[in-house]
Amino acid sequence: MAAVILAVAEVADGALTRLSTEVATLARELAAQAGGTALGLVVDAAPDAGAAQLAPYLPRVVAVTSPACAGETWAPHAAAEVRRLVDEGVTHVLVGATTDGRDLAGALVGLLGWGVLANASGVTWSPDGPVVEASILGGKAITKSVLTGDAGIVTVRLNAATATAAASPGAVEIRDVAAEPATPAATVLERVAEAGAEASLEEARVVVVGGRGVGSREGFAIVEELAAALGGVLGATRASVDAGWVPYARQIGQTGKVVKPALYLGLGVSGAMQHRVGMQSAEAIVVVNRDPDAPIAEVADLFVIGDLFEVGPALLAELRARRGS
Amino acid sequence: MRILVLTKPVPDPAAGTERLGPDYRLDRAAAPGVVNGNDEYALEAALQLVEAHGGEVEILSMAPANGTDTMRKALAMGAARGILVTDPALAGADLPTTIRVLAAAASAEPFDLLLAGLDTSDGQGGVVAAGVAAILGLPLLSTAGAIEPDPAAGRVRVRRLSAKGYDVVEAPMPAVISCTQALGAPRYPSLKGIMAARTREIAQRAIADLDGVDVPSGGAWASRVIEAEKPPARAAGRVVKTPPDEAAREIADFLADRRLI
Repeated sequence: MAAVILAVAEVADGALTRLSTEVATLARELAAQAGGTALGLVVDAAPDAGAAQLAPYLPRVVAVTSPACAGETWAPHAAAEVRRLVDEGVTHVLVGATTDGRDLAGALVGLLGWGVLANASGVTWSPDGPVVEASILGGKAITKSVLTGDAGIVTVRLNAATATAAASPGAVEIRDVAAEPATPAATVLERVAEAGAEASLEEARVVVVGGRGVGSREGFAIVEELAAALGGVLGATRASVDAGWVPYARQIGQTGKVVKPALYLGLGVSGAMQHRVGMQSAEAIVVVNRDPDAPIAEVADLFVIGDLFEVGPALLAELRARRGS
Repeated sequence: MRILVLTKPVPDPAAGTERLGPDYRLDRAAAPGVVNGNDEYALEAALQLVEAHGGEVEILSMAPANGTDTMRKALAMGAARGILVTDPALAGADLPTTIRVLAAAASAEPFDLLLAGLDTSDGQGGVVAAGVAAILGLPLLSTAGAIEPDPAAGRVRVRRLSAKGYDVVEAPMPAVISCTQALGAPRYPSLKGIMAARTREIAQRAIADLDGVDVPSGGAWASRVIEAEKPPARAAGRVVKTPPDEAAREIADFLADRRLI
């Protein structure tokens, strides 16, 4: 049976997410390796713009207008449309390992009984189907896993593929009649945006992180200034979040976000194992800490032993001076 | 209110010694067992809810028979009773089977809310709560940062953390909620709690005790690990201990070399 690989896309504020373009590229590349076909799915109250943005990546895009998505949780509606496409022959479902993506994947595992390979950092195709590389045990092991049947679900992390458009854009097929939700949807009463949460930590090229050593909410001013000077995004350790200096949405680590930026700059970060699992695959790691024995030294490319309140402002001045020159 | 909390015994991430065995299954002897971190937040939230609204918290685990050791820690925090699904046929179980088994075990218990951690520190799949909700036909309120039930109205409201902030979502009870650290730090068991936990019941169930659960024979799971390795070690970094101005220049040079500024 030839594989039919479905990329389920996510739309935020009417626009396709970056991760969705990567998932779509992956689906197309896997279909090519498998000798199968790929298609995409957008389920939204207004899916047209997202579908048009997805079409360059896939030969075929199904866009379902689902008005209920405006005021209800998305996954039950998306699961219903995926199930429809499974009836039409889809064998593999790829979706981002996001809040909504995981809700969808879980619902599909429950409804279809299919196997699932979670948190793919890379996927290739073999005679046994998709081979998924993933980090487990908080980064202590990298596994490769396969499905034993000829159908399944894969949740995909950011940067598992580089988004590239196909040679020619695909056709968009609009479906105006949405299926009934596959599971009971919850009502969304309000969507609240929090200050400072606009910039995506996971997608940032530069992440500047303040740890326990920052010492106070006021102390984060220098962390924020450095983030701004480097065109980066503010991150935090669990200690900083627990202390109430920074909102939970900024937390990097086991129970927070996993980031893979080009640069991680840590200030007053000691590097507890639970934090390192969220940042140790950054391309470059620079840390300023007074404690020469801080465990983060094990992963730092450049470890500056010093007071962040002295080195931080000096670095800010240096960056400004170089920009001026 | 009756609240059922899924608690998974996992190898202690803080021990730093977790690993897979030669069969690519979790080597449970490599690190001491603890209650999965996110499940502890779920349990803490459940305990606070019954303290505010009355009722009882029960915990449900699927684990090897010695999972009771870890479950005692959850009982010591204040859960009234435990159910452990344990069966040799479940060794190395895949996610669809885990989800089916937990759903079947949960469906035998009356509950208003079923709470679970957002994901586990070992597998990190983050799909179990959603899968159980789907099988039970219940609404899922995921990624909870706050939980406010209204028992009189039979509804529950959850602050669902989103990429940008949070959504306020609501559903009728019974409902399934996946829980995050934002719910607040779990309590330490009191000495009284530890003593009480010793005599609290942990009911054991085998697959044969569950309604309508088929488990693939001989461990023919839907997915399997074919390779596992340690992540490549990072090359040793440079350590700098110079006056702040000099250190700042060092950092700026490092960034410039890598075209980061």
